[in-house]
Amino acid sequence: MDLTLKIWRQKNAASKGKFVTYKISDISPNSSFLEMMDILNESLVLRGEDPVAFDHDCREGICGACSMYINGHPHGPDKAITTCQLHMRRFKDGETIVIEPWRARPFPVLKDLIVDRTAFDKIIQAGGYVSVNTGGVPDANSIPIPKVKADLSMDAAACIGCGACVAACKNASAMLFVAAKVSQFALLPQGRVEASERVQAMVAEMDKLGFGNCTNTGACEAECPKEISISNIARMNREFLSAKLGAQKPSGSAGGDA
Amino acid sequence: MAELNSKIPKGQLAEKWTNYKANIALVNPANKRRLEVIVVGTGLAGASAAASLAEMGFKVKNYCYQDSPRRAHSIAAQGGINAAKNYQNDGDSVYRLFYDTIKGGDYRAREANVYRLAEVSNAIIDQCVAQGVPFAREYGGLLDNRSFGGAQVSRTFYARGQTGQQLLLGAYSALSRQVKKGNVELFTRHEMLDVVLVEGRARGIIVRNMVTGEIERHAAHAVVLATGGYGNVFFLSTNAMGSNTTAIWKAYRRGAVFGNPCFTQIHPTCIPVHGDFQSKLTLMSESLRNDGRIWVPKLKEDAEKIRKGTLLPTQIKEEDRDYYLERRYPAFGNLVPRDVASRAAKERCDAGFGVGETGLAVYLDFSDAINRLGKSTIEARYGNLFQMYEKIVDENPYKTPMMIYPAVHYTMGGLWVDYELMTTIPGLFAIGEANFSDHGANRLGASALMQGLADGYFVLPYTIQNYLSDQIRVPKFSNDLPEFKQTEEEAVNRLKRLMNVRGKNTVDNFHKKLGHIMWEYVGMGRNAEGLKKAITEIRALREEFWKDVKIPGEMNEINPELEKASRVADFLELGELMARDALHRDESCGGHFREEFQTTEGEALRNDQEFMYAAAWEFTGDTQEPRLNKEILDYEFVEVKQRNYK
Repeated sequence: MDLTLKIWRQKNAASKGKFVTYKISDISPNSSFLEMMDILNESLVLRGEDPVAFDHDCREGICGACSMYINGHPHGPDKAITTCQLHMRRFKDGETIVIEPWRARPFPVLKDLIVDRTAFDKIIQAGGYVSVNTGGVPDANSIPIPKVKADLSMDAAACIGCGACVAACKNASAMLFVAAKVSQFALLPQGRVEASERVQAMVAEMDKLGFGNCTNTGACEAECPKEISISNIARMNREFLSAKLGAQKPSGSAGGDA
Repeated sequence: MAELNSKIPKGQLAEKWTNYKANIALVNPANKRRLEVIVVGTGLAGASAAASLAEMGFKVKNYCYQDSPRRAHSIAAQGGINAAKNYQNDGDSVYRLFYDTIKGGDYRAREANVYRLAEVSNAIIDQCVAQGVPFAREYGGLLDNRSFGGAQVSRTFYARGQTGQQLLLGAYSALSRQVKKGNVELFTRHEMLDVVLVEGRARGIIVRNMVTGEIERHAAHAVVLATGGYGNVFFLSTNAMGSNTTAIWKAYRRGAVFGNPCFTQIHPTCIPVHGDFQSKLTLMSESLRNDGRIWVPKLKEDAEKIRKGTLLPTQIKEEDRDYYLERRYPAFGNLVPRDVASRAAKERCDAGFGVGETGLAVYLDFSDAINRLGKSTIEARYGNLFQMYEKIVDENPYKTPMMIYPAVHYTMGGLWVDYELMTTIPGLFAIGEANFSDHGANRLGASALMQGLADGYFVLPYTIQNYLSDQIRVPKFSNDLPEFKQTEEEAVNRLKRLMNVRGKNTVDNFHKKLGHIMWEYVGMGRNAEGLKKAITEIRALREEFWKDVKIPGEMNEINPELEKASRVADFLELGELMARDALHRDESCGGHFREEFQTTEGEALRNDQEFMYAAAWEFTGDTQEPRLNKEILDYEFVEVKQRNYK
């Protein structure tokens, strides 16, 4: 296959970027999208030019590192896959492919197609956990959990934290990412204990980091490589509302660690 | 000579760990706050260790090369995690898990470590459930299990085909909680370049900030390496693109001995290689062997027609199929351990029965299971794996059998550690895949996740205290000490040297060449002649690399080519040590198959008289050969037998 690539090049966070056009030929339709990028980069290195920097690691659709905005879609035109799972057979010979980084204010570009997603880590740090220390926990089978709830929790937990939902959203909202984590825990008895504090802390952090609001367009769900359902956002909204309404603070603290 | 003191506690096998814990020195809470620990790596072992140490009160610094700790390659583990819960009432026990693991490792692991691993396995499942890991459950609400290779019980806990992801996110959440509390300082996009020794003890590391290119000095009272395995020495493997050996290799060069470097696991069920441009291999979970049956055509003519594309696998009649694992190993069938399954696939393909365009593939067929259980059951069990397969190969595995072939997956070898998981450098620990300790010459499926979390949650946080209790009077280290400055300078000079080669060939070009040598001579089948050839060829390639590698860009910016070059330079040294280790071990055991040493039936032939030891290699300088140290393995409790899965 012969292709024309229009790729966003940006030296670093401080500099201005621009599209640069590259021609590439003899690409096997069986190669993956990132293998096509490898071939391009090999040729750039040999020509003494700077190769295109992009995030990638596992190359099997699970680590969430790869993050290319391809022809107007995060992770490209196919449904339910990451960029690293996209194959060139999906494109036509002679096609022009436009490749950009995730574009969202909370994800600043570091170089070319690499963006900084530490904002997602900060949201998890704000409350995306069950507060248990190592050791001293009950037997794993001591609390039966209905299979349906465990399965729904797993559906939400499948999120890979890639940020495609934010990139897809015109408001750069992180609601799907946050809702997935809130839902995973809200559906399990182990997570219910802190459900109300968790949802409030995570939403507050999300707002603080500059992610936009949700206006129910559903682009996040449509572009999510793991098909995380937008119904998780509805669940998070319910959790958030009931947390706000039912918020009661004890008058004194028994000295417990938060 | 390095002194190898394994520090195995005295007493009965089942009492060793209990006695050890009862008698070690602890550090009191006030002192813990003053002690700093560096943990390199944020996979299952690293994240769980960093979180647990921080919960205990230590000040922890945690590093990863990825942009987030959640992306460490543990995330990609699919099938499951073993534990001796016996929830299925099928006769499992701590002893049986221990025994299966020792036997699976072909009697080349340390009894006391493996028993401890089996002993803490149950606590891992409890811990993960408490963290909110959504394991698969049965309709009654209790946890479900599946079977894995090398076991006759169902002891594998799983979360669909994403068990590693869910366990890692559990550890990552525990880690994130400690980051928020200020007990862990996180350094993402930082790569370790060297370990710093002060008066013979590990006191810090040199890292490169991969965004700014700055070289930084970080000090602590102890250093823990949780940096994973080195399968990428083969270029093509199931490891992540960034997985590398640099941290443990630099530790080796500073005096930590390297255990059993040649013990590599070639996983039997991976998607076959499809072209020269291929960048990595994708695993299809071993759990598929619960329901999938492996076969090749019985007739060579059929295999040839399939390779030419004139015959389809679905057109081959039942009686013309050779279910070779069921034929050769009736007792374990498709669930034999990985080394056995991989070798059997290679044997059939070498004999001319392989399928696919290249002839380097066998079938993994689900048609029986779909007929028996229905498509929806198979979809519920393996849906995401089937989807992954279809995306890569462009064939529907519900309709036509999957094609699979063995690929490099895991390295049992790693830094030699004692019972406390400390290397031969005082204060330097190695956990998870980075150490050599628990899997002997072959790892059983679903045991890597178990070991990573055992080391990180339940072993290291105890054993490191026995070391740190000694250090409570040692004040915080300054990273201005001359040792730090000198190690930093050496690291910088090495990067400069790489940049200044200004040759004509890309890093990947050298890496691929190294991979070809390794796969050809240090892969599934090895022999003395080939291994000698490998050593010569790797040396020549290394020389060429340092004369001809081309790295664009600058040191002080994001520079993926420089990152790769620095890693490949270390792989080019490690590869030689692996070949040397494989050459010296004149026997076949587990994943190490020396063609000269096999039974008449083609099974691995061990030599317990001469090789019942862990080979621990000691660096003696760039121009000298490494020195071999031996830790004799003393099987006190288990009767050592020929492995038999028939």
